[in-house]
Amino acid sequence: MDNSYAAIMARKNEIIRASVGMDYSSFEYDGIGFDYEAMMAATGYTLPELQRVQSLFSVGNTPLIELKNLTTLARKCAPKGKGARIFIKDEATNPSGSFKARRSCTSVYQAKKLGYKGVVTATSGNYGAAVACHAAMAGLKCIVVQECYDSRGIGQPEIIEKARKCEALGAEVVQLTVGPELFSTVLRLLEETGYFNASLYTPFGIAGVETLGYEIAQQFRTKYDRDPDVVVCTNAGGGNLTGTARGLLKADCRAKVIGASVNLTGLHMASDEQFNKKSFTTGHTGFGVPFCVNPDRSDVPRSAARPLRYMDRYVTVTQGSVFFITEALASLEGLEKGPAGNTALAAAFRIAQDLDEDQCIVVQETEYTGAGKHINPQLSFARQNGIDIHFGDPKDEIPGKSIILPAHPSLIQVTDVDLDRVRRSNIKNAVGTHKNELTDQDIQYLIDETNSNEEFVRNVIANL
Amino acid sequence: MAKKGDWVQIHNIVLKPEERSDALPEDTKKHPLEMWVKGYLQSDAEIGDEVEVITRTGRCASGKLVNEAPYFEHNFGFLIPEVLKIGDMVREITFGGDD
Ligand SMILES: Cc1ncc(COP(=O)(O)O)c(C=O)c1O
Repeated sequence: MDNSYAAIMARKNEIIRASVGMDYSSFEYDGIGFDYEAMMAATGYTLPELQRVQSLFSVGNTPLIELKNLTTLARKCAPKGKGARIFIKDEATNPSGSFKARRSCTSVYQAKKLGYKGVVTATSGNYGAAVACHAAMAGLKCIVVQECYDSRGIGQPEIIEKARKCEALGAEVVQLTVGPELFSTVLRLLEETGYFNASLYTPFGIAGVETLGYEIAQQFRTKYDRDPDVVVCTNAGGGNLTGTARGLLKADCRAKVIGASVNLTGLHMASDEQFNKKSFTTGHTGFGVPFCVNPDRSDVPRSAARPLRYMDRYVTVTQGSVFFITEALASLEGLEKGPAGNTALAAAFRIAQDLDEDQCIVVQETEYTGAGKHINPQLSFARQNGIDIHFGDPKDEIPGKSIILPAHPSLIQVTDVDLDRVRRSNIKNAVGTHKNELTDQDIQYLIDETNSNEEFVRNVIANL
Repeated sequence: MAKKGDWVQIHNIVLKPEERSDALPEDTKKHPLEMWVKGYLQSDAEIGDEVEVITRTGRCASGKLVNEAPYFEHNFGFLIPEVLKIGDMVREITFGGDD
């Protein structure tokens, strides 16, 4: 068999079909779009069934914690009467240590049900640990493929920790240097092993996150007899936000959904030299923005993560601000968590200051922490890589050059991403090289994709 | 010298620079795409030899032997004094004084 890059990529569609057990072409419209809700429904699992599957793996029902001291701190930085109550959903208490547990257990369950002997997944992050964990529980084999090292063979400490964790849970870890061709290695392994593709972006994974949004609404109603006003989600590939927002809607909860990413503007994600200049390997703009513009850049033909459909607002925060808030969470609340998951917390800390004191803002996750995956080793690594770390005003931070720790918590700010601009790019990308006149179905698809309206979509198209 | 059955790490070049995707930045494209895998060594060998291993999933993989008895060395890093200062600062603002 020809295993050159081009030859493997040419076999992509058959490999994906065999390894996900789903025919994506059946959801495609004649025009530019596809039937997203039909694809989501094709998992065959309702929300109560997902909850049942997750309980088989002891996933979910994580604590919702009110961060009273952090709220006090936010109020000290806010105008009088402002400073919403801040809550956090302690997803780190899931087995494997993050919300990704919700995402992987449905995939692993499905793989087992369909009779696959193992699962393969491409991830350098928490998702690998989650898949390894559930594969262990289900008695399936597991291969995790990571982008881990730069050309000097130096690995991101956070990613190395994930390799350790996956191995500890019995998985085989395949480690690669920087580059998007990781995908071809995954395809080759799927072909070689005949395992299930536990991609982050299948409907199984995203539907699994719906239970998180649903639980937030339920817990709020039970404990506080009300709904939260705002839910903030750390955003990268968009599955976290998409699943959470869908779960909130299924609970008929109308809280505003805000995406938050670490600002890594200027760093190229496929750059070997810049790979180890960043201190965040997820939850950053390097994934967040491109995946909003074009969700279908993942390892499946149509991604189930479509964050632009659900975001009311999208903000960025600086690396230094997230490190600061992670330390504040430990020092003020006794909760020691991994930094990437606290991206939304840094944003919520600032957004709370614009809300009234009786309003409630929820950070919908935490992630586990450990060697390598903790502010101290991450700051150490940054300093070793020549990043200038100092106290100051975070607005002066330059990704890849400096990490500025806020000299005072009131300096933590959020920067809005221009969502209309993202929407325009999304439409431009979706229309692409499509030659025919757009049908009503096409227009409706673009409205849904961008969470906008007909006037907006027609306007953008007229100006393409 | 590693013995048959030892847990080792092997290395491969997956793509040579000229075989890599065109969509890469220049600094990445000048390097090969490299891969590391761990497994049980299938015959006695020296570092640098081409060998076969059986991985945790039972897969047979071949490559250059680069590491005998690989282990993890990542840790909690060295002292970052700023982290202590952040802790002190937020406690002082939250709980200290009357303001
Ligand atoms: C802890 C944590 N939070 C948030 C995210 C972002 O999730 P998504 O990629 O679905 O946007 C990730 C994923 O990498 C994660 O591991």
